[in-house]
Amino acid sequence: MYGIFLIALVAAVLVADWDRIQRSFFQVDVMVEMLPQVLSIAARNTLIYTVGSFVIGLVLALILALMKLSTIKPYRWFATTYIEFFRGLPALITIILFGFALPIAFDGFRLPGGTLVTGSVALGVVAAAYMAETIRAGVIAVPRGQTEAARSLGMSSSRALYSIVLPQAFRIIIPPLTNEFVLLIKDTSLLFVLGTTPMTKELTKFARDFMQTTQNATPLTVAAIVYLLITLPLTSLVRRLEKRTAKGR
Amino acid sequence: MTAAIQIRDLHKYFGDLEVLKGIEFEVAEGEVVCVIGPSGSGKSTLLRCVNRLEEPTSGTILIEGEDITDPEADVDRLRTRIGMVFQSFNLFPHLDVLGNLTIAQIKVLKRSGAEAVETARQALERVDLLDKIDEYPIRLSGGQQQRVAIARALTMNPDMMLFDEPTSALDPELIGEVLDVMRGLADDGMTMMVVTHEMGFAQEVADRVMFMDEGVVVEDGPPNELLTSPKMDRTRRFLRMVQDR
Repeated sequence: MYGIFLIALVAAVLVADWDRIQRSFFQVDVMVEMLPQVLSIAARNTLIYTVGSFVIGLVLALILALMKLSTIKPYRWFATTYIEFFRGLPALITIILFGFALPIAFDGFRLPGGTLVTGSVALGVVAAAYMAETIRAGVIAVPRGQTEAARSLGMSSSRALYSIVLPQAFRIIIPPLTNEFVLLIKDTSLLFVLGTTPMTKELTKFARDFMQTTQNATPLTVAAIVYLLITLPLTSLVRRLEKRTAKGR
Repeated sequence: MTAAIQIRDLHKYFGDLEVLKGIEFEVAEGEVVCVIGPSGSGKSTLLRCVNRLEEPTSGTILIEGEDITDPEADVDRLRTRIGMVFQSFNLFPHLDVLGNLTIAQIKVLKRSGAEAVETARQALERVDLLDKIDEYPIRLSGGQQQRVAIARALTMNPDMMLFDEPTSALDPELIGEVLDVMRGLADDGMTMMVVTHEMGFAQEVADRVMFMDEGVVVEDGPPNELLTSPKMDRTRRFLRMVQDR
């Protein structure tokens, strides 16, 4: 098995047209030409979209998780419906909903702040559905005895939740939330459908447009490298955090 | 004088299962009552009903004359007068020892930070763990964790303390240090209700021992009577089983 793999690998290396690959994907002058804008516009926008949608998603998710854990049935129904709805749809549908469907339906209704805000809200609304389940799992993972100890000291149920349960729940869910952040970084590439202006392009859209003008594939390589520079350290951080959580407690 | 705890006709169901079948008893101020009995006899449930961690199905419980089972009762306020110590310690793992001992003082009793720290230090001194004030619970032994949990309850200046099998989760060699702290509290006149399997502790420290079985109080009396010459057959059988271990 291993031998066949080696032979195939060697054959591929020998057959490949390295010169052509280098010219198409690793053109140094194209890289140099695009680099300033990649950093000052594209990577910056990708991070704005990611952080924006993460913060919006986290706030919505916390509300949804608390509703889903509530003893009041309509709250639970609402949260469940929301979560199932947005997890069941492709993210692209939600993005188009916020970018085009709502403006058509409500006579030019637009969120203030332009594409950066619209994109962040659309992705945040989707991310909230996933993060709500994560937060709920974290709250449930905190032992009941913690709430009982807090209540026995005279804390109200909401005080016990905010001072005792949630801080512990968040420690438990930092690794899965970081994973969610990495997923969001990649999902920002879907925002190309919003027809972004030069100043609001994120990495993927920027690379694609640059590819069209230069008729060269190098911009895609550059975008890929920038994505990896952000995502790889984060995923390795998650691994380290998970190891630490497994050891502690 | 009003009793510290008065329980009248207390019933508790879990689904169809009746766990407490009409409990009646009182704990006087300054009295130490040990509750013994086989597992499943309802003794922990009874204790947890006293501060309403468990919701009684019917009956009344008066804390220093105030009805904690009244739907209108300010349960949170009444609980500050009732310290509780759990089998599994339940220290807050995200806070250090000082944090564990000050958070309720500050958030519930609205004490100032300085006052809370001073009270915490005094409570830690009482359980002889002042040197651990900056440690996190995970770094402490089980016996030390339970002593911190007792100190945490003491910071609220409770009028009475409930102990729910406080030494059952401990390695044998760590039980003594926790019992010593509890003995000290009893000597200082704290009202205590202790669910325990430590017959030696009950014999030595309790003013009264209560034997429970199948959701009823079978008998209660001074330890040297109940533990050496019980009136009821069931009590005798239980004690023989425990002593044979």
